[in-house]
Amino acid sequence: MTGEFDVPKVEYALVLPLLVVFGGALVGVVIEAFASRAWRYTAQVGVTVTTLVAALVSTVLVGVGLDSIGGDVPARGELVVEGAIVVDGPSVFLWGLLLVLSLISALLFAERRLEGGLTSFAGQAAALPGTDAERVASTERIEHTEVFPLMLFAVGGMMVFPAAGDLLIMFVALEVLSLPLYLLCGLARRRRLLSQEAAMKYFLLGAFSSAFFLYGIALVYGYAGSFDLTAIDQAVSASTAGTPLLLAGIALIAVGLLFKIGAAPFHAWTPDVYQGAPTAVTGFMAACTKIAAFGALLRVFYVGFGGASWDWRPLIWVVAILTMVVGSLVAITQSDIKRMLAYSSIAHAGFVLVGFVGLYSGNATGAGITSLSSVLFYLTTYGFSTLGAFAVVTLVRDAGGETTHLSRWAGLGRSSPVLAGAFAFFLLAFAGIPLTSGFMGKWMVFAAAWAGGAWVLVVIAVLTSLVAAFFYVRVIVVMFFSDPGVDAPAVAVPSALTAAVIAVAVAATVLLGVVPGPVLDLAQQAGAFVR
Amino acid sequence: MSFPLLTILGGVPLLGALLLVALPRSRAAAAPMVALVCSLVTLGLGVVVAWQFDADAGGFQLSEEADWIPALGAHYALGVDGIGLTLVLLTVVLTPVVILASWRDGDLGRWSANSFFAWVLALEGLAIGVFAATDVFLFYVLFEATLIPIYFLIGGFGGPQRSYAAVKFLLYSLLGGLLMLAAVVGLYVVSADAGAPSYLLTDLMDVPMEETTGRLLFAGFFVAFAIKAPMFPVHTWLPDAAASATPGTSVLLVSILDKIGTFGMIRFCLGLFPEASQWASPVVIALAVFSVLYGALVAIGQTDMRRLVAYTSVSHFGFIVLGIFVFTSQGGSGSTLYMFNHGLSTAALFLVTGMLIQRRGSAQIADFGGVQKVAPVLAGVFLVAGLSSLSLPGLSPFVSEFLVLAGTFRTSVLAAVVATLGIVLAALYILLMYQRTMNGPLQASAAAIPDLGLRERLALAPLLALILALGFFPQPLLDVINPAVGATLSHVGVAQPEPDVDVSAPDEEPQP
Repeated sequence: MTGEFDVPKVEYALVLPLLVVFGGALVGVVIEAFASRAWRYTAQVGVTVTTLVAALVSTVLVGVGLDSIGGDVPARGELVVEGAIVVDGPSVFLWGLLLVLSLISALLFAERRLEGGLTSFAGQAAALPGTDAERVASTERIEHTEVFPLMLFAVGGMMVFPAAGDLLIMFVALEVLSLPLYLLCGLARRRRLLSQEAAMKYFLLGAFSSAFFLYGIALVYGYAGSFDLTAIDQAVSASTAGTPLLLAGIALIAVGLLFKIGAAPFHAWTPDVYQGAPTAVTGFMAACTKIAAFGALLRVFYVGFGGASWDWRPLIWVVAILTMVVGSLVAITQSDIKRMLAYSSIAHAGFVLVGFVGLYSGNATGAGITSLSSVLFYLTTYGFSTLGAFAVVTLVRDAGGETTHLSRWAGLGRSSPVLAGAFAFFLLAFAGIPLTSGFMGKWMVFAAAWAGGAWVLVVIAVLTSLVAAFFYVRVIVVMFFSDPGVDAPAVAVPSALTAAVIAVAVAATVLLGVVPGPVLDLAQQAGAFVR
Repeated sequence: MSFPLLTILGGVPLLGALLLVALPRSRAAAAPMVALVCSLVTLGLGVVVAWQFDADAGGFQLSEEADWIPALGAHYALGVDGIGLTLVLLTVVLTPVVILASWRDGDLGRWSANSFFAWVLALEGLAIGVFAATDVFLFYVLFEATLIPIYFLIGGFGGPQRSYAAVKFLLYSLLGGLLMLAAVVGLYVVSADAGAPSYLLTDLMDVPMEETTGRLLFAGFFVAFAIKAPMFPVHTWLPDAAASATPGTSVLLVSILDKIGTFGMIRFCLGLFPEASQWASPVVIALAVFSVLYGALVAIGQTDMRRLVAYTSVSHFGFIVLGIFVFTSQGGSGSTLYMFNHGLSTAALFLVTGMLIQRRGSAQIADFGGVQKVAPVLAGVFLVAGLSSLSLPGLSPFVSEFLVLAGTFRTSVLAAVVATLGIVLAALYILLMYQRTMNGPLQASAAAIPDLGLRERLALAPLLALILALGFFPQPLLDVINPAVGATLSHVGVAQPEPDVDVSAPDEEPQP
């Protein structure tokens, strides 16, 4: 006890993507503070896009340079920053995925043509709705560009979340990703009260779930004596019987993570928040938050609690079934597109949980789909289609902004066949029709679950897919087989930004459906988690 | 790999569909002609395929194989055996007929004629792929993909109830398809456990499988095919779909797509799960016989001609399934031949009733009477199509129905006897319909019905010619079918029941 301070060893080269993202976010804050209003937007968009691209490039470099390490299941990578961050195959895959999807989301954030030359975020968030201050903000065409650094902070948090090797780091990442999202949800330019209500709900429920998560960490620390996932794994595997302390800890941590995923019964926030938030933010949340949270769930449960899988598997079984059933059944009664997509995202979380619960790590030859690779692949397919679908939602508008009521979409297939066709295609992908990415994703998670012995769950999942298909088809019927109403909304002509988002999403949905090989190989090569 | 003839055969209609999509709306009048030319080119290629096919060699021919998704063991693998070839030929024969008969149907729909014919060609291409796929994964993908064109054909161009009918059809099919997906996933797991995963039929046939697993997977496949076929009790989507769709769509649906169901039963249920197929055969035979009688009885009670024809198909599909699951070579060959013949006779029946309905503006049998006085050619075609549906000797369905019953008799006398009642009932529903619409006093409302035009005669003539020709001389087709059926049955491993009567000639007796 000399009180000597060991300087932690930081492998800067390996955590470079994280540093780039956080650095870019800080630059954004500085720009917001000092740059003049006239070119703030341009600077922010430039910094955001540059940051994300630079991070993506460095992620690829990190991924190429990962060392292969032996083991029962092939894995690549190492623990860095004294074990706080794990840079391994799954981490790098998720980083790449998150960065690509964030880059696409950033284009949606930057769309200005739809609101007559302004972004779709509130001009002055502090001005109360309906006050003079708000009117001034709108007549002077004030624009909020804080959304870009906020988004970068959220992306940084999302990247750390699934890569954390330590429960405390994971909790910090959870907060870093959540707080900007709470803010972003409340920043809609139109329907501000709804947006603020969504932000408030998200914040309150999110704070609750964070508390659960933290308390779970405390209990697990009490059991294992460490925050470190590797150490927890050793403690869990060493004991023969689960103690109440550990089980309670696992349950509470599960609650925190399942909340972020939007799994039933912790899904109640999803429809309200998805509906109220600005649609670009909804798309970003739906795609990226879910990916990050599933990454963290996989790591905590496969690495930390892998030894206790007999204790938590039944729990996840029940949650998966409940999530699929609630998501699919309740979606049928929705009459708002954004709410329907929210319930659909809940149902998809259930499908991913089916793959997760298979806990299958490959056969003797090492060939074949593992649970981890199937989930990674599913998240990829789901992320692109979801972003594309929300991008389409931003375009169907009338004088009051976006029209998200299903009945207003009637006859869209006739007035703008290309847009309606793209949306129908995303819906078919969600429904899992072959030759779309959604089918391949479903196939992978079902195969992993079945290989892990959960074939009953596969049959249940298949039947709920049918229910889900019903409400997707219903939207197609409304768009293509109904006549437009008298006050049919116009489809706004987007700038190249939104058009690019939709085009990329369609292309990804086709390619992942027809030639999934390359991406699947990447997911396979990610290998197992490094412990 | 040799010249990819099958890929081109399936690719031509798909390219034609793309061409039609690209065709400007102002040139919609040219759409039927473009579609017809495309389908005739495909027909020509189909003839080349049949010509290249060596009936004596057996097995899968004209095979193509390439890796598609290695991690899944999925291949792009095509090839036809006798059964597949028969159905590919049915597809390429019927599509030009449908296009010719539906020349104006595309104009009446929700969208332009371009899209109608584009969907028809897309469907043809996908159907050829389904019948030629020798990889289970590829088969499944194409099987599900066929739903999209037919869904839009029913929903976009049908009668007043089209939306409802299209959604009902889609949900039924998806139910079957998704259950099959679970089974397809299960096959992957079984195959991966045995070593490297592979979806090739030839690999899967040898994969060791536990008894329970095999039965579960069989159930997944069978339910999907029974919905598709359609069999009682999962047939209820068909009458609605047929009553709402245009006649051409109904032909594509019943004559081609529904054959995927019975085709799948032979190739996948029998081919991949021989033990489970035998285990399930009593139940399947009972359901098939019930379908035969139920379809026929309900058909008699119909007042709408299209629904009547749809129910006759339920009855006929009962025969086909019966022939497959009695595991005799006559039954199997009869069923395969029946698929082809039923395709022809139902197509003729759907098209000619469609022409009748279009002339009168009503599908109710009661709205017609004495039509043969004003439209003798139409009435004649209607009669021949109807007689072929009731399996009159001399017309092609008779041969296949006889073979099915003969094959059934050797396995189960009871099933054969009960199913034979179906033939009697068939005479009732067809002749009653003919009598009420064509004979008797001419109804005033039907007096203005014109006879068939040249285009309609051209469309129907090939069907009637084939029905007659194959009625008298089915041997060329049977030569193609028999080896494939024999191979399937020997894989199932059933011993052919010996005839009760010694039919062998005395000089063939082994010498003591």
